[in-house]
Order: sequence, then C-alpha cells, then structure tokens
Amino acid sequence: MSLPDYTKISQGIVYDPANGIDGEVRDIWILDQHIVDAPTDRAIRPARVIDAQGLVVMPGGIDMHCHIAGPKVNTARKMRPEEKRRDKQMPRTNIAHSGTLGSVPSTFATGYKYSALGYTTAFDAAVPPIGARHAHEEFDDTPCIDKGFYVLMGNNHYVMQSLMQQEPGKLKAFIAWLLNATKGFAPKLVNPGGVEVWKSKQAGNVSGLDTKVDHFEVTPRQIVGGVARAAAELGLPHPVHIHCNNLGMPGNWETTLETMRALEGHRGHITHIQFHSYGGGEGDENTFNSKAIPLADYVNSHPNITVDVGQVLFGETTSMTGDGPLGYFLSKIYGGKWFSADTEMESGCGITPIKYRNKSLVHALQWAIGLEWFLLVQDPWRVVMSTDHPNGGSFLAYPQIIRLLMDSTYRRDILKTCPPEVRQRSSLADIDREYTLNEIAIITRAGPAKILGLANKGHLGPGADADITIYTPNENAEVMFEMPRVVIKSGRVLVEQGEIRESLIGKTLHVQPLYDIEMEADIQKWFEKYYSIRWRNYPVDLSYLHQSCVIPTRHGDLQG
Amino acid sequence: MTSATTQAHAPTPSEPGQLKVIQDATCTFCGCVCDDIDLTVKDDHIIEAKRACVLGKAWFLNHSIEDRPSCLVEGQPAMLDEGYDRAAQILTQGKYPIIYGLSDSPCEAQRVAVSIADWIKGTIDTTTSVCHGPSGMAFQGVGEVTCSLGEVANRCDLIMFWGSNPAESHPRHFTRYSLMPKGMFLPNGRKDRTCVIVDVRKTKSAKAADIFIQIKPKKDFEALWTLRALAKGVDLDPDQVQRETGVEYSVWVDLMERMKGCKYGVIFFGMGLTMTRGKHANSEAILALTRDMNAFTRFAAKPNRGHGNVTGADNVVSWRTGYPFGVNHSRGYPRFNPGEYTTSDTLANREADCAMTIACDPLANFSQPAREHLAAIPFIALDTKETPTTRAATVAFTVATYGINTGGTVYRMDDVPIPLRPAFPSPHPSDYDVLTAIEQRVKRILGVQG
Ligand code: SF4
Ligand SMILES: [Zn+2]
Repeated sequence: MSLPDYTKISQGIVYDPANGIDGEVRDIWILDQHIVDAPTDRAIRPARVIDAQGLVVMPGGIDMHCHIAGPKVNTARKMRPEEKRRDKQMPRTNIAHSGTLGSVPSTFATGYKYSALGYTTAFDAAVPPIGARHAHEEFDDTPCIDKGFYVLMGNNHYVMQSLMQQEPGKLKAFIAWLLNATKGFAPKLVNPGGVEVWKSKQAGNVSGLDTKVDHFEVTPRQIVGGVARAAAELGLPHPVHIHCNNLGMPGNWETTLETMRALEGHRGHITHIQFHSYGGGEGDENTFNSKAIPLADYVNSHPNITVDVGQVLFGETTSMTGDGPLGYFLSKIYGGKWFSADTEMESGCGITPIKYRNKSLVHALQWAIGLEWFLLVQDPWRVVMSTDHPNGGSFLAYPQIIRLLMDSTYRRDILKTCPPEVRQRSSLADIDREYTLNEIAIITRAGPAKILGLANKGHLGPGADADITIYTPNENAEVMFEMPRVVIKSGRVLVEQGEIRESLIGKTLHVQPLYDIEMEADIQKWFEKYYSIRWRNYPVDLSYLHQSCVIPTRHGDLQG
Repeated sequence: MTSATTQAHAPTPSEPGQLKVIQDATCTFCGCVCDDIDLTVKDDHIIEAKRACVLGKAWFLNHSIEDRPSCLVEGQPAMLDEGYDRAAQILTQGKYPIIYGLSDSPCEAQRVAVSIADWIKGTIDTTTSVCHGPSGMAFQGVGEVTCSLGEVANRCDLIMFWGSNPAESHPRHFTRYSLMPKGMFLPNGRKDRTCVIVDVRKTKSAKAADIFIQIKPKKDFEALWTLRALAKGVDLDPDQVQRETGVEYSVWVDLMERMKGCKYGVIFFGMGLTMTRGKHANSEAILALTRDMNAFTRFAAKPNRGHGNVTGADNVVSWRTGYPFGVNHSRGYPRFNPGEYTTSDTLANREADCAMTIACDPLANFSQPAREHLAAIPFIALDTKETPTTRAATVAFTVATYGINTGGTVYRMDDVPIPLRPAFPSPHPSDYDVLTAIEQRVKRILGVQG
C-alpha cells in the first residue's frame, strides 16, 4: 500500500476571501485533485513541497464571460487571418501544440494563455443550442482549463411561444430540457426578442423592454421576467445571464434599469454592463455620457443583481455577438468585413473587426465607464472582471485592468491621454478608490465562483478543486499578475513562470436540472415541425465531454 | 493530446439473417448531410435506405466491405503495425511533409490529422483548396451574411441558385431545405416562394425555377456587378449590360425588384461560380451583393458545399490552427498562404518530399505535374476503396466507411454539426484508428509528450 501523495504549498501569503483569509501566511495541502486539511498525523510528509515564502497564493482565476469556443468564435478565426500574422507566434513544444493569437486565439493557444495567466476556469457566454456539439468539440481541444458555456435562449421560439401562451410550466420544462440536451451551464438572454425581429425585417430590432416581438406577441420584459422565474424554480446555480437590449446605444441606461426591474426580485446577472450604461440621445455624440452612477446605485441596493463589466481597452479587436442587429449596426459604423448568421428557431450572430481609440470621445468614455463600474459597486462580490473577450479587448488585458484598479495615479495618467470631456461626462476623475489584493481576489475568482454557484472553486478550503495560482508580488500590479510564478490545475503544476510544464484537457462544467419528462412530447412536436435536423440527433451525449462535471441544482438533477 | 470522444456509437454486429433498423442515420454523400435516413441492415448489408435520394441510396446500398487487406506496404499485404511504423517513419523523415484530404472523414479523425501535421511541422490542407477555397478567401475579404438551412426553410421566400445545380449535386436540397418545405412563415411551401436560377447552361435544376437566367459563360462577375449597381441605383447602359452578360437589361431590373421586394432572400452558389473565371472575385461579388441587399430587406448567401464533411474540415483546421486550409507548420507554428501551401501547389512546385492523403484521390484529379511529383515521393494513403492514389502509395490503408461502419461527427454545409449512426461494423480500422496509431508513433519518434 502506498502512502497518500500530498503536495504542500508552504508558507505563502494566502488570499482566500471566501474563507475570510486576507493575506495570512499559511500552508496549503493538496491530495490528488483537491485541497485538503493538513494531515493530523505530524509524521506524514508531503511528497512535494512548493516553497511559496514571500509569494502570493490565490485560487485559480475564473472568467465568467468570454467567447472562446463554438460556431461564432470559429467563424471569427476564419475571418481574420491578417491579425494572426502580425501577432506573436506560438510554436509547438514537446508538450504543447502550436497555435495562433490575434484577438481570437486558436483553441490550444486559448487554453495555454489562460493557464499562463493564472486562470483555471472559463465560460463561453453565447452558444446557440444547435451548435452545442461544436462548442464541446472545441472544448476538447482547449487544454489546461475547466470550461462550460451559456445557452442562447432569449430569442428561442419555444421560449417566446410558451410565454405568449402563458404556460410557465412549459417554459420551465423547456429550459431544463435544453440545458440537458446541450450539456450547457446556464440560460443566456441576448437582446431578448430583438434578434427575432432582426430576422423578420430589414434592420429589425426591439426598441425597449415593452416592444412587442412580431408574431410572438411577447415583450423583452416578459422574456426576462419569465426566464428568471423559471430558472429560480429550477434552482439553477447560475439562473440567468443577460445581455440587455440596445447594447452600445446612447441613452440605453434606461433599458438596462428596466431590465433589472423586469427580474422582479429574482436573481439575475447583467453582463458587460459597461456597454449598457450610456446616457445621451440617439446618434448624437455630443450628448453621449456615463450613467454608471444611477445604475450602480440600483445594483448597490438590489442584492439579487450581479454584474460583470466588459471593460474596453484601447486597440484593435473583433466584436462577436449573438446580437445580430448589433453586428449590423457596428459593421455600418466601422465599414469593415461583416459576418451575420441567423440560426433557425434559436438565435443570431454578428461579427466585425473594431478598433477602440483613446482619442475618440466615445471610446474613451466607454473605457472610463467600465472603470467606474468596478469602482462604484460597493460590494466586490457582485461585480466581476471581464472584457467580454474579445469584444472589449482580450482576456490577456486583465493584468492591466488590475493595475488600473489598484493604482489611482496610473489611472489618472491614462485618463489624461483621453479627450478632456471624459472628465465631465463620467465620474472617473473624482474616484480615489483603490482595490486591495483581497478585493482583486474577489472580482477575479471568489466572486465569480459564488455567482456561478461553484462550491468547489474560487476558494482554498478543504474540498476545493486544487486550482491555485501563485504570484510574485510586485509594486506594479500589472507585472505581478501577467506572469504568475506557478499555476496549479487539478493538483498538477501546469505552468511555471509563463512556461507550460504539463498539459491536461480539463473538465466540462454543466447542469442537468430535473424536469417533467411528460412535457417532452410537446417540445418534440414543435421541434419536428420546424427544425432541419432530427430530434434524436439534436442532444449532445456524454461521449463529447472529455470529463463531465455536473454542478448540482437546488431542486434536483437528472441522473446519468 | 487527443480526444476521448470517438467511436462512441460503434455499431453492433447483427445476428445472421436478422433485420436491424437504424433510425435517423446520416448520409454523408453530399453537403446536405441528411440525418433522417432509416437504414435496414441484413447480414452486413444495407438493404433499404428510407428517404435517401438516388445518390444517397447508391451510397448506402452499394456499400460492401472491401475484400482487400487493411494494410499494404509497397503493394504487399502487411500487418497494421508494420504499416503504422512505416507511415510514421516516412512522415518524420521528410523535410516538407504534407497531409491532404480530410473532407470525407469525421471531425474526430480530422483532429488527429491536424495534430500529426503539427508534430511533424508539416503542411495540412483540405479539399476546400480545390473547390470552395475561393469562397473562403472572399469570406476573409468581405465577411458573409448567412443563415442555417432551417432558417431558409422557415423564412426564405426568394430562393436563388447561382452556378449551382442542386438537382444533380444535392438532390434533396429542394425538398428538405430550400423550395418545398412548409416553413413557419411560409405555410404554403413552394407556392409561397419564388425560385430564380442563374447559370451559364440550362441545367437539370433549371426546370425547378420560376425564372431561369442564362448568362454568358465566364460573365458571372459582370452579372453580379450589374445587380450591385442596380441595388445602389447606379445608371447603367442597357445595351452594354446585355452585351456583357448576355441577358436583357430588363431581366436584371426585374430581378433586382424581386430581390428588394422579398421578405428574406437567399443565394446558394456553387462551383459553377467559384471555379470559373474570376474565382474569388466572383465569390466576393456575391457576398458583397448579399450584404448590400440587407440595406433593403433580409438576405443571405451560402456556398453549396459538396463532399460530406468538408465543412467539418474547415472548422477543425480553423479552431486548431486559426486558418481554414492550406496551413504550413514548417516554422513550428501555423502559417497560411493559399497558392503556396495548398496541395496542388506544394506538389506541382516539387516542394513536398513526402505525403499522407486521407480519403481523396489526387492521382486521379490533380494536374499532371502534381500527379507526377506525388507518384515520385513516398506517401501514405487512407481510403475506403482502391483508387489510383492507394495503388501508388508506399503505405495504403483500407479504412472503414464513416457513417456506415463508424461513428463520429460531420458538419452540414451550414456549419450545423451532426452525429453519425453507423449501421454495421467493418473488419477494417477507421481512419481515426489509423491516424491515432500513426500519431502515437510519430510522437514517440519525435519525443513529444503532449
Ligand atoms: S441529398 Fe445528399 S445527403 Fe441527402 S440523401 Fe441525397 S446524397 Fe445523401
Ligand atoms: Zn459576451
């Protein structure tokens, strides 16, 4: 019989906000894939010791909103050869596959880069259900991280039809069925109702929460409220992830506020809220301004709401969205190549190259509004780091954002390079707040784990997944966070000082909510009438998941 | 790092004399990838393929297990292991190895092929480079406004085909997706749609059209630009239009009115457009026209892709390397340059010094110089049947047929991934098995642990 094979991370400065540990020197014990209590028998020695004296130890980072896999992401890869040629190259090694970067890295490059950044889990935010199989295939080629995806539902015909017919039972069963069929993690609403209108007429969209969607006679308000309620009844770990209507439009802050109200007290996550916090009149750049303050006030006083920011960084990137009409709008502004795809019964998609310039008032304001959001939400557990990768910028910019949050002098210096009006039209210049390391640990790992309902992630207590990042402290937070000293995933050292030491494929996180199987007959009838593929060929079976990890719901799960 | 997701749906052998029915099997014979076929199997033969078209029926019913060795080395029957060893040696000893084909393999096998190309610093290319490669390049130039085939069935009231002859190449295209279906917003099916076909000759498809427009050969580009000009309200000289396109000006004006007036139009284009004079300029023009039309109504375009899983190949090569086809790894990382790293070029320019072909037959289809060069270098060929290419290969593997003997995933031409439901087992290994065995050996030789 062999002795248990412990690893000990020795004497690091530990930041584990979920367990109330704020920079204390501690040992962390790992057995196989999990963190465990120190063995009571003092005679037991760890097989490996990682000396972390003077180093900062945190749980592995969790990106709760990015675009890294599936049809839309892959289309963007095909569409943008030019930026890969210019970027740094990633040759193969004896451990790792080669890859390409640019704003939309190839699958292997995505996994290695997240890992090298100290991130151990990431969620793709917008997968059309019919493309779920594709997303899983890409996940299988995205190493070093655990991953999952949100399933597009905000323009799904069955969702809208059951709301129109006032059949909440059908809606609830459908959401559960669809999450099971796709092996997805959470319901995602993207411009609820608006994409359906875009499919039905030229430049079509909804204008606000109370516009009726043609043919279905439902409003975005009903979709948001209905799905939030159904998700709560199903006890989903992350009930509903919402990309509001009117993204990017001046004056859209009222739509965002109404969306929050439409939740009617149910839990809901508003994503890339920076893009939804604008004052001003339509098309008039002179009135474009920040409405982060009133919206943050609302969030501060409504604990059912969480947000991620969608920070914008200056530079070139690719916009990709399930919001078809938004893609059309952006392509007209930037005039470059444009991809749009409408997907039967389910969703849409828009992709176009974009560039954020610090000399542009609008772009500089977007940058400032993102930072305002981080700094105005009082409870760091309810605001999460994101760039909406690659929409606002790459996930590789997270260290730079951390520096902007921890160092108000640096922030002011960058603000000085922006048009002076930014100071009048946003409150950024007036905010002195600086994030602490503990708060950074919250918005990049502990917070998202809690918001996603991942009990084994985002903390370093016994039972947690041994996903751990060790940083070398540095006065410059960007330097500190851009190259962790050691990254441990599932108990294995994958990265040391930016170098990949070992690779693994990682788990797929998904839910299997229980539902009334009798309801399936109705779903099948609808499905067979209008889909172009067969009912039996639609669900993704477990063989597509390298390693399945079912996150339990509160009200029961299907087995198997 | 290779996936565990494979052969999950391995077929079960049937009892002698017993009938077995496989419901909702998928036909991989053309880009329609019909997934509604009911196969009846008896004694390792498919005796019925319900709902399949003529081509699909022939594909399923004529399938029998090749009575030939699974492996031949220099024309002599050999053990599989010997073939794998030899293949790995050839691929690792070359200075400019190329891997080509992939469009008749499931994604699971395609992924392994790309892995091998990466480890050996080789070039990987798919049959896209000889069919819809120009559309791929046009796509990189202007983008694409498109939709899934079910969206066509449910919404499209103006259906156009350009340089595409689905009646012969995609026989169930009309009935399943584009013309006949009673869609959500087109309850009367065919009666609610207008079909326009543009081609240089009167194809079999032409009789399905409400309007058939026969243009002068090699004048697709001019015809498309005429439409683009009309869409934008540019004044044109009617005589010149007729001279250039071979079609009366008024026909184009009428067509443009219909295009602007429809609720949701779609143009399917085929190799008649992409492989004629103009190539990617033609594809670019059709994609640009489609984009222009979205200023008036909703409009989409879609290449009518051929081979069963060529769309899967585009996707797999893209997600793994960032580029869709013609990818070179000689510097250790992916580089893309159609016309340089595409197989017809690496062969005709005598750069490749060894090769692996997967489910394709370059010795039957390529140019004389390319064929001569391939025949002169050591190469490995995987195919379900004997072909000129397998006959000349240094190592030839007879592989099981995907969708009939083995499972996996294929992508329909609108990028919808569909699982396969194989009917009965084959004594031959799958291409996934062969490629995986070669990859293991390649990694061992090169000292790769990943
Ligand atoms: S249309 Fe194509 S995919 Fe469908 S049955 Fe015929 S050959 Fe097979
Ligand atoms: Zn997003």
